[in-house]
Amino acid sequence: MAEAVDYKQIGTRPVRPDGFDKVTGRAQFGADINLPNMIHGKVLRSPHAHARIKSVDVSGALAMPGVYAAISGADFPGGRLEGEAGGEGGGSMDDIAKNVMARSKVLYHGHAVAAVAASTAQLAKQALDAIKVEYEVLEPVLDVVKAMDPNATLVNEDNYTALPEKPDHPSNIANVGRLERGNLEEGFLAADVVVEREYKCPMAHQGYIEPHACVASIDERGRGTVWCSTQGHFEHRAATSKMLGKNMADLKFVATEIGGGFGGKTVVYLEPLATLLSEKSGRPVKMTMSREEVFRATGPSSATVARVKVGVRKDGTITAAQSWIAFEAGAFAGAPYMPGAMSIYAPYEIENFLVETFDVLVNKPKVAAYRAPGAPQAMHAFECALDEAAQLLNMDPIDLRLVNAADEGTQAPYGPKFPAIGLKACLQAAKNHPNYTRPVPEGAGRGVAVGFWFNVGMQSSAEVNINENGSVMIIEGSPDIGGSRASMCLMAAETLGVDYDDVRAQVGDTESTGFCNVTGGSRTTFATGMAVTQACEAVIADCKRRAAMTWGLDEDQVEWEDGHAVPGPGVNADVKPMSLAELARKAGKTGGPITARASLNAQGAGAAFSVNFGDIRVDRETGKVDVLSYTAIQDAGKAIHPAYVEGQLQGGAAQGIGWALNEEYIFDDNGVLENAGFLDYRIPVASDLPMIDTQIVEVPNPSHPFGVRGVGETPIVAPLAVCANAVSRSLEQRITDLPMSPPRLLDAIED
Amino acid sequence: MVRVVLANPMVEVAQGQREIQLCVDNFRELTLVLIDRWPAIQELLERSAVAIDGQIYQDAFAEPLRADSEVFFMPRIEGG
Repeated sequence: MAEAVDYKQIGTRPVRPDGFDKVTGRAQFGADINLPNMIHGKVLRSPHAHARIKSVDVSGALAMPGVYAAISGADFPGGRLEGEAGGEGGGSMDDIAKNVMARSKVLYHGHAVAAVAASTAQLAKQALDAIKVEYEVLEPVLDVVKAMDPNATLVNEDNYTALPEKPDHPSNIANVGRLERGNLEEGFLAADVVVEREYKCPMAHQGYIEPHACVASIDERGRGTVWCSTQGHFEHRAATSKMLGKNMADLKFVATEIGGGFGGKTVVYLEPLATLLSEKSGRPVKMTMSREEVFRATGPSSATVARVKVGVRKDGTITAAQSWIAFEAGAFAGAPYMPGAMSIYAPYEIENFLVETFDVLVNKPKVAAYRAPGAPQAMHAFECALDEAAQLLNMDPIDLRLVNAADEGTQAPYGPKFPAIGLKACLQAAKNHPNYTRPVPEGAGRGVAVGFWFNVGMQSSAEVNINENGSVMIIEGSPDIGGSRASMCLMAAETLGVDYDDVRAQVGDTESTGFCNVTGGSRTTFATGMAVTQACEAVIADCKRRAAMTWGLDEDQVEWEDGHAVPGPGVNADVKPMSLAELARKAGKTGGPITARASLNAQGAGAAFSVNFGDIRVDRETGKVDVLSYTAIQDAGKAIHPAYVEGQLQGGAAQGIGWALNEEYIFDDNGVLENAGFLDYRIPVASDLPMIDTQIVEVPNPSHPFGVRGVGETPIVAPLAVCANAVSRSLEQRITDLPMSPPRLLDAIED
Repeated sequence: MVRVVLANPMVEVAQGQREIQLCVDNFRELTLVLIDRWPAIQELLERSAVAIDGQIYQDAFAEPLRADSEVFFMPRIEGG
């Protein structure tokens, strides 16, 4: 049971260990890897959103001097691939393989059709023009609601809604989710006010700055190494080897430094292509996506249409809630329809509810995870409806949420009873925050919303090696995206009782450490941290054994205090405490190097709740939105490195505000993305936002040695509704569709 | 008796039963009983997470159960 205790290392804010290399340009990202004789790969992409491939002829490209290899779908092993890729935006391995390279149909504009490798990137681009592809163009399916019609054009003629009994006819609906409790009719009858509206969220990009990139070097035996920008090199290895029919032991995957992922780098795109091109050419192959390719051909978040009805009594009690949400999956099944269903009511104790969600195929890029996948869209709708109910009842929106807030013992809508959670503590912190107690600025609106994510544990491995001078080397298998090297060092330093400066961490490749699931789901500090802590505890046990041997005592007569082995209380031994450095120096005489490892499947990840609020003003003449202030409050369980936690809260808020105010994929009637670049797809820049104020609430997770809850997902959930509620209050009219860009707000004002 | 609550797709396989009571000592026994009653549930079990007394397990196997334990099956969650 974790309790609030005074730590020496945990809770401090050392400078991030990867910072120096990053600001001096020494850090090697995916595109920075260069090898002797390396050539360059490029992808030919579909000009159509929906078409049957009649033929692909790469011979023209292969005939060009300097072109070493060319591949199409025909070069991949045939037959259906079994198995699933984990995670939201994962789906079946067969679908992912067909997303990496189209086979019989192209399913979105930008879908890969062929690839070449040539001596220069320029030549590879030219060689793409020599590839001949014949298409039979089909009608694209672009509207999620229309796609659900039984008579709609089918994206995939073999897609049947996953139900216990296979339906008679294929459909664009891949999966259906449903959660319910109580009696809706009675619940709505008991309500004093009922709010019912339709809300829309657009498809949005994760906004990672580094495009996808990799280098593959495969030898004549089909064995080799792949360096890539990834959130999970073990799972990239598994997917690549499966798609190419290889033994995964023949491939080593190395995770380079990563310039952001946010869920978008949990899936493979280039790695199987580069591996195959390298194998065929006998040379290392580098592949990097352009920004345009990232937009057109990698996974954004799902766009949604949500219909929500909520009934509330005068005292603020929610009596009933009913929701229907259609999630765009893109070209293959895998929208986060279940997390959406499971999260929408999670912060509240509601007696009567129903939520139905749908995973719907459309001719757009296959969606991928994006921080707390499914929750921002679903909770945007419900948190906006609650805000409107609070307005109708003339009630403070935080008070309304406090009336219904889930607490320890509350039966979550998705089943289990919550253990200790921090929602009420976050709501109270928000209510008492000086940014909330001060008046709303003239002409502005104040929006409030709650965020939630489940958090996960999953599999992690770590090794701890003690160097000859007592310094500590950690090898973890989790790519460092949000600061895991710093948090692993802090947890190791705390456990071992040594200084943070004596601990280093590195991310091991797939041959140098045990399996780790992706860095995602806010799991790394929790789960990999648990592995590091267990490995450190094993080091301590070993050190105590060595000290006992040295002192002629039994092992149970030795204890570990502040980085030293000491005789236990009452043990009569005239010896001096032995530091980790002394024990390491004498390790050769006491059994050899001091090292330990731990692998686990971490259970008991604690749910993380947040409360965000912000003051926003809308210029009625131009539709421009100014975020005047924004406050993010979240339960971190225990903040191992508070500056990183604050950074997660601020980053998630910035991304959520961008999604709410400006970001959206705009497709034309043919399914061509019209804004495939950061000039036209506008993420917030520093001048768009105020300083995001943060407050960390700490309600320890009882399942973690230091009380950690994941913090990376939840921060993006609340901002969508915060902005919508603030803008709606500022304009004194409900704005239901995101993004609330100036043209859209002007239209609403004029209406 | 352990209280077992099935997730929605399982309910349809289990002929509409959402909640059942079972006399079992651990999760492994519980899954064997469910598969024995409804063989088609096996595939769904392998794709599910489970909450045992409020603690969520992505991959439960032989976790001990008390006589008053509550077991909720639920979809697996990962995140970004």
